[in-house]
Amino acid sequence: MGRKLLLTNINVPGINTFDVYRKNGGYASVEKALKKMTPDEIVEEVKKSGLRGRGGAGFPTGMKWSFLAKPEGVARYLVCNADESEPGTFKDRYLMTYIPHLLIEGMIVSSFALGAKVSYIYVRGEMMPQIRILEKAIAEAKNAGFLGKNILGTGYELELYVQPGGGAYICGEETALLESLEGKRGNPRIKPPFPAVAGLYGCPTVVNNVESIAAVVPIINEGGEEYAKIGVGRSTGTKLISAGGNVKKPGVYEIELGVSCEEFLYSDEYCGGIANGKRLKAVVAGGSSVPIVPANLFLKTINNEPRLMTYESLADGGFVSGTMMGSGGFIAFDEDQCIVRNTWNFTRFYSHESCGQCSPCREGTGWMEKVLHRLEYGHGKMSDIDLLVDVAKKIEGNTICPLGDAAAWPVASAIRHFRDEFEWHVTNPSEALTRNFGLAHYADPLPKKEPVTS
Amino acid sequence: MKVTIDGISIDVEPGTTILNAARKIGGDIVPPAMCYYSKLEGSGGKCRTCLVKVSKGSEKDPRPMPKLVASCRTTVMDGMEVQNITSPEVLEARRGVVEMLLINHPLDCPICDQAGECDLQNLSFDHGVAKTRYEFDRRTFHKIDIGDKIQLHMTRCILCYRCVFTADQITDHRIHGILNRGDHSEISTYIQAAVDNDFSGNVIDVCPVGALTDKTFRFKNRVWFTKPVEAHRDCDHEKCSGKVTLWYKGEDVLRVTARKDQFGEVESFICNTCRFDKKKTSDWVIEGPRKVANWSVQTANHYEMLHPLPVVKPNPVLQEANKNQFERETRL
Repeated sequence: MGRKLLLTNINVPGINTFDVYRKNGGYASVEKALKKMTPDEIVEEVKKSGLRGRGGAGFPTGMKWSFLAKPEGVARYLVCNADESEPGTFKDRYLMTYIPHLLIEGMIVSSFALGAKVSYIYVRGEMMPQIRILEKAIAEAKNAGFLGKNILGTGYELELYVQPGGGAYICGEETALLESLEGKRGNPRIKPPFPAVAGLYGCPTVVNNVESIAAVVPIINEGGEEYAKIGVGRSTGTKLISAGGNVKKPGVYEIELGVSCEEFLYSDEYCGGIANGKRLKAVVAGGSSVPIVPANLFLKTINNEPRLMTYESLADGGFVSGTMMGSGGFIAFDEDQCIVRNTWNFTRFYSHESCGQCSPCREGTGWMEKVLHRLEYGHGKMSDIDLLVDVAKKIEGNTICPLGDAAAWPVASAIRHFRDEFEWHVTNPSEALTRNFGLAHYADPLPKKEPVTS
Repeated sequence: MKVTIDGISIDVEPGTTILNAARKIGGDIVPPAMCYYSKLEGSGGKCRTCLVKVSKGSEKDPRPMPKLVASCRTTVMDGMEVQNITSPEVLEARRGVVEMLLINHPLDCPICDQAGECDLQNLSFDHGVAKTRYEFDRRTFHKIDIGDKIQLHMTRCILCYRCVFTADQITDHRIHGILNRGDHSEISTYIQAAVDNDFSGNVIDVCPVGALTDKTFRFKNRVWFTKPVEAHRDCDHEKCSGKVTLWYKGEDVLRVTARKDQFGEVESFICNTCRFDKKKTSDWVIEGPRKVANWSVQTANHYEMLHPLPVVKPNPVLQEANKNQFERETRL
C-alpha cells in the first residue's frame, strides 16, 4: 500500500467542509508556517523536498519560487493554474471537487512564502461546480480567520480570488493564463521576460499547478526532508495520476513516485489491468501531449529494465523510446484501439485549441489534422506519413509557447512507433474502415541487446 | 555591447534586439520580418520568419540557447554570437515557416493589389519552395469594408497583428482586433464597425500582404506600372508630417502612401486627408523620383542579380565551375 499525502482523508465524509477538514488536521501547516517559520524558510523547505511542478514540465517548484524577483514596493502574485484541460488529465478537478480546502491551505502557505497579498485561482470555465465549491471553501476559511486581514493574529493578510476562465486550453500556458486573468485575449506572451520578473499586471508572479500547491501542505507539515524520502532520485513525493482509457478501474490514484509501470497498470490497488480481458497495445503516460509508446516500451525501457513511474524513468530513452510524466493523464489503449484515429483525435484537439498567434502552430496543426483525417478515412497516401513527420518537425521548437511542441510530439511519436499501422491504413483503405489493425507486435518482448564483440 | 552575427561583429546599445543589430550591419544577414515593425510597440515574435540560432549566449554565459529564437524580440547580450544564414537549421526552419504562411494564403497575386510590393511575395521568392505540399481547401472569408476607404480581405491575411497594434496606438480605445482562434481566427472590427480615425489609413501601409487595401486604388493599376515620386505638403494635422510617396501613372496620381524605408517600414504615419483626398499634383511639392530597391518585383525586367558577375563571364575556369548556376539562370 503506497503512502498517501494528498488524498489521506479523501474518504472521510464531509471532508469538503471546513469543520471536518479542520478536525482531521487541516490548516495545521498554515499555523506552523505563519507562526513558526519565515517565508525564506518555507521556500528552503520546498527546495529541500525536491518537489517538481505537477503541471507537466516538471520544473522544481522551490527553484521557481527562488527565482521570483522581489523589488521594493511592487506587489507579488501567486496564481494557481487550475485550467486543467489536457485530454486525459482530470486530477486537479478531482482534488478541487472533493478536498478543496487542501488547495486553499496550500495557497495560504505558498502566498505567505512568496509574500503575495493577493492570489488567484484561475479555474477552467467548464468547471463551474468546482468554482462554486472553491468559492464556498474560501468563504468558510475567511469566516474562520484563515483568510483576509491579520490571519491568525500574525499580521499577514491575504485575499484569495477564484477566476473562471473561458475554457481555452491555451490559457493553461502560464503567460496566456496571465493575459486572460488581466482580461485580455489569452495569447501566450513572448518570453523573456518570464513571469517571475514581469507577470500579472507587470509584477513578479509565480504560476503553479493545483497539485504542486497542494503538495506544499504535507511538505510543511512533515518537513521537506521527510517528503524527499518518498520517491526515487530526483522524483520525490507522491503524484496524482488520472488513469483512463481501457483500464479496469479508471480514476485518480495517488502513487509514490517510483512505483513500477507494470504494478501501476496491473495491480488491483491501482488500475487493475486492462478491461474485458483484452491486451495492452499502447500507453499515453502523461496526458495527450506526451509521446505515445507501445506496450513493450512502456513496461520496459529500451535497455530491458523495468520502467518506473518517475520523471526520469518515463523519459528514459528520450524521444526515441521514452515518453514523459507530463501532467499525469494516464491513458491505456487496448488491442481494439486505432492509433491513427487516436492521433487524429489529439491533433484535432490541438488544431482547435491553437491560439493562432504564431504561424507554424496555427497553420501546421490544421494541416496535420487534415492529413490525419485523410489517412484515417482511407484516402491517404504513403507520402503523407513522411509529410506528417516533416510538418511536426517544423512546428516543434519554432513556436512561442509549448503548445506547438505538444501538438507535434504525439504525431511524431505515433508515426515512430506505429508506422506499420499508418501504412496499413494506406495499403488497405477499405479494410481500415471496417476493422482495426489489432495488437500486432506492439506487446512483443523487446529484442535482447546483442553484446558488442570486439 | 558587442554582438557577432554570421561572423560580422558590431557594437550596439544595450537593449537592442538581434534583428535591429543585424539591420545595422545590413546586407543579406538581416533576418526577414513579417510581423515586427519598429514603429509599433509590442509587435513581433509571431510570424517566426526571423528565427535565428544563438550559438553563444553571452561572454558570461557562453551556453548556446536550446531553441531557435525570434530575433525581433530577443535582446543582445555582450559577446553574443548569432547564426542566421550560416546555420542550415535556421534556413530549414525558415523554409518551414514560409511554407506554413503560404498554405492558407490564396496565392492570388495576379489579381492582388499588393503584388509587386508584397512582403510575403519577397519572402517566398527568397526562402520558399516552388511547389506546395498542401492539398486541401484553403480557408476563405468574405471581403468586408472597414470604413469607406479600406477593404479587408481576410483570406490573404497572415495574422501578423501589425494592423491591430497600429489601431491600438493611433486611437485611445480598441476598434480593431482578432476574433476566434487558430487557423480560423480573423482580423476584424466588432460587428463590422467602421474604423473611423484620422490615421486609420496607415493600416494599409503596415499590412505586409494584400489583406488591407486602399479602396481608392483597388484594381486601378499594377504597382510596377506606376512611378513612385517623393513629395510633401504642409499638412495641417498636427501629427502628420505630410511626407509621402505619390504613385503616378502618366499624369495622374493613382495613390498616396507613406514613405517606406529599406525594410519596408513607413518612416512616419500620414493622415487620411493626405492619403485619400489629395490626389492632384498641385496639392504636393515634388521632391524627385523615389529609388526602388532592386530586390523588389517593381524592378521587373531588371534581373541583373541573376546574371553572372562580369568577372565570371570571360573566365573559362569559373564558367566551368558555375555551370549549374548558368543553366539555372538561362532557364529563368
